[in-house]
Amino acid sequence: MDIIMIPPHHRMARRARPQRITWLARVALLIGLLLLAAAASAERVGGFVLPSSQAATAATCVEPTEYMRRNHFELIRHQRDETVYGGIRSTKHSLAGCVTCHVGHDGDGTPIPIADIGQFCNACHRYAAVRMNCFDCHATVPVGEGWNQTVTAPSAPTAQLADTALPPGHPSRGQPAPDR
Amino acid sequence: MKRIVYREWRVEPARYWGLIAILGAAIAIAGLAAIYMEHEGHWLTGMTNSVVWGTPHVFAVFLILSASGALNVASISSVFGKRFYKPLGRLSGLLAAALLVGGLLVLVADLGRPERLLVAMTTYNFTSIFAWNIFLYSGFLAITIGYLWTMADRKGEPFVERVGTVAFLWRLALTTGTGSIFGFLVGRSAYDTAILAPLFVVMSFAYGLAIYILVLLYSFAADGRPLGPAMLKRLKNLLGLFVAALLYFTLVYHLTKLYGTKNTDIETFILVSGGIYTLLFWGGWVLIGGLLPLAILYHPVRGNQREWITAACGLVIAGGLATMYVIIIGSQAFPLEIFPGQTIIEFGAPGDIGGAVAPYIPSLPELLLGLGGVAMALMITAVGIRVLQFLPESLADRDVDPHASVVRPA
Amino acid sequence: MNREAETTATDPHPDLTSPPSSAPAAAAVDQTRRALIGTAAGVTAAAVAPGLVLYSNANEAAPRTDPVSDVHRWGMLIDTDRCATGCTACVTACDRENGLNLQAKPLGDDQDKWQNQRATWIRKVRLQDNLTGRMTNLPLLCQHCENPPCVDVCPTGASFKRADGVVMVDRHTCIGCRYCMMACPYKARSFIHERVEQNLSRAPRGKGCVESCNLCAHRLDNGDISTACADACAHEGHHAIVFGDLKDPDGPLRQALAASPNRQIREDLRLNTGVRYAGI
Repeated sequence: MDIIMIPPHHRMARRARPQRITWLARVALLIGLLLLAAAASAERVGGFVLPSSQAATAATCVEPTEYMRRNHFELIRHQRDETVYGGIRSTKHSLAGCVTCHVGHDGDGTPIPIADIGQFCNACHRYAAVRMNCFDCHATVPVGEGWNQTVTAPSAPTAQLADTALPPGHPSRGQPAPDR
Repeated sequence: MKRIVYREWRVEPARYWGLIAILGAAIAIAGLAAIYMEHEGHWLTGMTNSVVWGTPHVFAVFLILSASGALNVASISSVFGKRFYKPLGRLSGLLAAALLVGGLLVLVADLGRPERLLVAMTTYNFTSIFAWNIFLYSGFLAITIGYLWTMADRKGEPFVERVGTVAFLWRLALTTGTGSIFGFLVGRSAYDTAILAPLFVVMSFAYGLAIYILVLLYSFAADGRPLGPAMLKRLKNLLGLFVAALLYFTLVYHLTKLYGTKNTDIETFILVSGGIYTLLFWGGWVLIGGLLPLAILYHPVRGNQREWITAACGLVIAGGLATMYVIIIGSQAFPLEIFPGQTIIEFGAPGDIGGAVAPYIPSLPELLLGLGGVAMALMITAVGIRVLQFLPESLADRDVDPHASVVRPA
Repeated sequence: MNREAETTATDPHPDLTSPPSSAPAAAAVDQTRRALIGTAAGVTAAAVAPGLVLYSNANEAAPRTDPVSDVHRWGMLIDTDRCATGCTACVTACDRENGLNLQAKPLGDDQDKWQNQRATWIRKVRLQDNLTGRMTNLPLLCQHCENPPCVDVCPTGASFKRADGVVMVDRHTCIGCRYCMMACPYKARSFIHERVEQNLSRAPRGKGCVESCNLCAHRLDNGDISTACADACAHEGHHAIVFGDLKDPDGPLRQALAASPNRQIREDLRLNTGVRYAGI
């Protein structure tokens, strides 16, 4: 962040009188230091990735982790419109992909809703005090067959997701259920 | 003509605060009802996938129509040059703004996702008459506030005619737009006719004026301001004219519909066999909202008595709500004609409605929300006239019109 | 897409007039459909003059990476003579495919009222002709109009028509005003009246928005040119629903449309629906 912030000050400084250069430089330095400190503390805040999620085994997220921390919503929102209007579902920036990879599992391998207290999305959003409403509608655990939720190879837990988790070509998909 | 002096509403504090408390309580209850519906979902209203707009919309549309109608009184003076109406202008503007705010709040509180109001304000689909209405409503509010300024501020006075004309044209557009929300729905038999737009315009004339007269009578009586019989007579005659026009347009609407054979079913439903909707049409729309007020207003004796004029205004308002109920809910309860010439034997799972009259029973939260909108409009009006100079000191005939003595007092 | 591998040219021209055999299972039906598509693509390639841009379903058998375009317009032909009395396979399949069976009646709601409040994308309708008394069965769903009234009236543009003709709702911008439901002549749309606890990843759903049939867009987007209702109908052996591309002159849908007289529901409204019916 400090690198991004300083150039405007430089531009301003070049146009300003000599005495002001030192003054502005000091302010810029101070801001830079403060941002560095903030970034450093944000670094410490990390570690929301749950050990029981697929993400824990991956070296990095779909983009560099630091980029994801700040920009994941832009990516998700962009992907959202691509999906709704363009029908493009199979890219790495889908919300379903986030859920698949980041959802935590309990001892039995059952996925825990990602927006539950202490889980991946909730933990950080609570810390940042940013309300999200993705999960007003979206599934908080991978449920059912979908083409856009697998980022890395699926882990064991998908097996217990009943018949809705069957792959598209599975013969039993689309068969009527006995109950309604 | 004497200089008109405007004064704050000087009703005694106990009465004023009592009124504010009652209205405030009604608004608070409506707020709770809205939060309850929002939290639980619309299943606890009477609304379904068949009747998608319910009691809140009855109140909201009624208030929005009344808003543009209430502004007419000001227009008569500044657009049509009847200076007799000039002292009535400020209250007219305030009431118009207040009624619109009340109606819109109800409409917004009933949305499935009211927290996305910002989306509605920033994302527009210009083929939608509904999107145009968002502009018409916010524009109406802005113009009305500007109009009030020209009426209330010396600096604004030179513009009063021009702004008043814009306001008048705008309110015509607004009511036409509101009518078109229904008139452009090709899929529903009761709508799908352009005559709904002018019908809504005359409705707004009548309802707005009825509310205006009631507010005027009440506020003047409450702090003992004189209100001359000649002034009242003009207002009530105007109301009579609007109510008569409303009945006429109602007749034309149904004649238009009856002329087309394809509309026989919906006409039979509304006029003969529709149960509550038939009852509300004849009893509410025609009798209570039309014939009875007409009989009172044009009665040689009672037509000039305040109590009877008050009653007539009340009847017009009650009839207006009944009218909205028939137009909004009755038209949805009537089945969609998906398969002409065929009878629908089964339609989805039992309880799913197709080809049959859809049941609708208003729930309490819906009703409370609608009443809250009315309370909000009255609250804004009450506070407005209390703190600002909206009401003329006197509407005694000699203060308003030099020729007042010509009109025989009742 | 393991189904692609099963493609074998067994019956490129399914007989639309004779009753279908009851035996084939879903996989076999899929084979037929795939074979048809494959053959159609072949025919197209052979018959169309060089210089025209060719498209086939074969190159779409993977999750799409480019936006949908108006090269296709998805639609259906429903043969009401084949739609069996008492069968609701299409409804059940739709419910499962799109998570509609996960809806739960709110505690305290009336059962009948709930049926008119829960989201329903497709419903089985039985009609009787007023003059002759002839009975007709048909599934009624969103008709995917070329000129959809629901799209015209939506104030925010949340109700929209995708480039490939699928009419749907962008729940991210739907404010829940229900004007589209007022405008729809087919009662195709549903409002979510209750809090939703369970969702499928492929079919998000939440209180306060409107939704309707999207022709199983999640399947189409993956190159799986099918819908749950059509598959289920075929699986039952009725073959009343033919799904396909209205713009592909040699495709199964256009062939089926050409083979038998058919019409649109409320043709008088001139909405040019994507769903057509034979036998009404």
